Amino acid sequence: MATVTATDTRVPRHTPNVQGRRRRFRPGLGLVAWAAARFFFFPVLWMLLLSFRNEADAATSPPTFLAPFTLDQFSEVIGRGAMPYLTNSLIAAGFSTLGVLMLALPAAYALSIMPIAKWTDVLFFFLSTKFLPAIAALLPLYLAVKALGMLDNIWTLVILYLAMNLPLAVWMIRSFLSEVPREIIEAAQVDGAGFRIIITKILLPIILPGLAATSLICFIFAWNEFLFAVNLTATQAATAPVFLVGFITSEGLFLARLSAVAVIVSLPVVLAGWAAQDKLVRGMTMGAVK
Amino acid sequence: MTTVLDAPPAPPEQPVSERPRQSPWKRRFPLLPALIFTIIVTQLPFVVTIVLSTLQWNILRPGERHFTGLSNYAYVLTDERMRAAVWNTVVLTAMVVIASMILGTAFALLLDRKFLGRGIVRTLLITPFLVMPIASALFFKHALYNPSYGLINGVLTWFRQTFGDGGVVDIDWVSNYAMIAVALPLIWQWTPFMMLIVLAGLQGQSQEVVEAARVDGAGSFKMFAWITLPHLRQYIELGLVLGTIYVVQTFDAVYSITQGGPGTATTTLPYEIYLTMFRKYEYGQAAAAGVVVVIITIVVATFALRTISSLFRAEEK
Repeated sequence: MATVTATDTRVPRHTPNVQGRRRRFRPGLGLVAWAAARFFFFPVLWMLLLSFRNEADAATSPPTFLAPFTLDQFSEVIGRGAMPYLTNSLIAAGFSTLGVLMLALPAAYALSIMPIAKWTDVLFFFLSTKFLPAIAALLPLYLAVKALGMLDNIWTLVILYLAMNLPLAVWMIRSFLSEVPREIIEAAQVDGAGFRIIITKILLPIILPGLAATSLICFIFAWNEFLFAVNLTATQAATAPVFLVGFITSEGLFLARLSAVAVIVSLPVVLAGWAAQDKLVRGMTMGAVK
Repeated sequence: MTTVLDAPPAPPEQPVSERPRQSPWKRRFPLLPALIFTIIVTQLPFVVTIVLSTLQWNILRPGERHFTGLSNYAYVLTDERMRAAVWNTVVLTAMVVIASMILGTAFALLLDRKFLGRGIVRTLLITPFLVMPIASALFFKHALYNPSYGLINGVLTWFRQTFGDGGVVDIDWVSNYAMIAVALPLIWQWTPFMMLIVLAGLQGQSQEVVEAARVDGAGSFKMFAWITLPHLRQYIELGLVLGTIYVVQTFDAVYSITQGGPGTATTTLPYEIYLTMFRKYEYGQAAAAGVVVVIITIVVATFALRTISSLFRAEEK
């Protein structure tokens, strides 16, 4: 059970023997699940296989499952200047996530631990901004960014990704905070602890795993974002997805190299997502489902 | 796994303690930076969009910017391309959301059982959601759909040569089945999302009810139809509305697989707005189309908010 139900180990809901009885061991269905997973995962595996071969071996007709192993594509991709793009992505995703945490944590605190008046309205306001389609904001943002001379500037993306992920983080962190036992905070307040002490000394250590998951999810969304990245950057601030698109249009026979680029740009987020998989659904549903 | 539905009774949402009452502004202060930032970056642009949507403004003709009332809306609502785009958006979104919900539910039911390596299977199944969307779109286009060396034709050719007449399959998937070609990587990407939501629902199912039904002699199918499915309903609703809100915005897949073609066969609203903005430079029309998209989204989002707030209230009770 541990892997699937690790979301909330602090509150054991059902006695293990009841679970054991319900989720009986069914080897047949297990095999079906494995088959489904293999089929579903196959494109990723195929991407990996192609990335480790020569162009000639990658684009055979019909495709072959096995081919000689080479790391050429990866060294080629790095050699052709993938690094600045990856660095830009790291800056955009990293700093925006940092900013999200700095803004979302106090906000979530004001919306759960010490709820202000009309706190549900504020919470739903944050949520509603997440529903507004980015494409409708693109034109005014483009014009504003251009007027400010901030086109092709990585900090523009940092600010936009911050705004994009903030509602999600407020909701997620709020849902983690509301699970902290009240008695602890009350006791601290009785002892005269202020806002800062309560947050840093009491709440942070408790919700740290939740914060880590929130950061990973914000990082994933910022890293994968394409619409703003492709339209608001050019040469200086372009991120990994823009590199990927630009890379293939200038190439001829490119399947193996495309796969190698795809593997490189996806790898950080795939690893982050595997690490945060227990909390992934909470982030995607704004904390509505845990 | 606890879910909000059967979570332990949440602590009351009153101020923690009545004793050290602070002034309202002092308590609001931690919220303000986030709130003000969000209003500036997300709300202001929409006000600007509304203003822009009333202007006749093509930057190729810079001198001619003037107020034009609602004529951009008249254009957007009657234009053939825009109508096609609305229809394509509806078709694509429905295809992706429904297919990924069906697949996701099936996977969730499989994962709800105990079996060897379940953690690994789950990890494999969520991976498509993590692969960069533009990377998976491009990979599908070139590595799977390509007529001569793509994997799909390769597998079909193998089948034909092994069991059939030995011919070669060389279907041009992107040209002939453009909408499906765009939808497939999206379904692949969104199935894990649906799976995780439904799985959370399954694992939040009350064990007592399930046991009672089993004692009463309910079979697997009956149990699924009468107990599991009604319980899953609000999770499925949540997945459908959230999925719709995210998928409606799809830009990457259209941009990289078909560029909206052939013709306007896969031009969705976000892509058409993008073209209006950066190819036709009709800023007024693009803004008007943006406002229309926002209005459509608000309608869908109302359902989403209702679903989320019902889950939310269950939690706060």
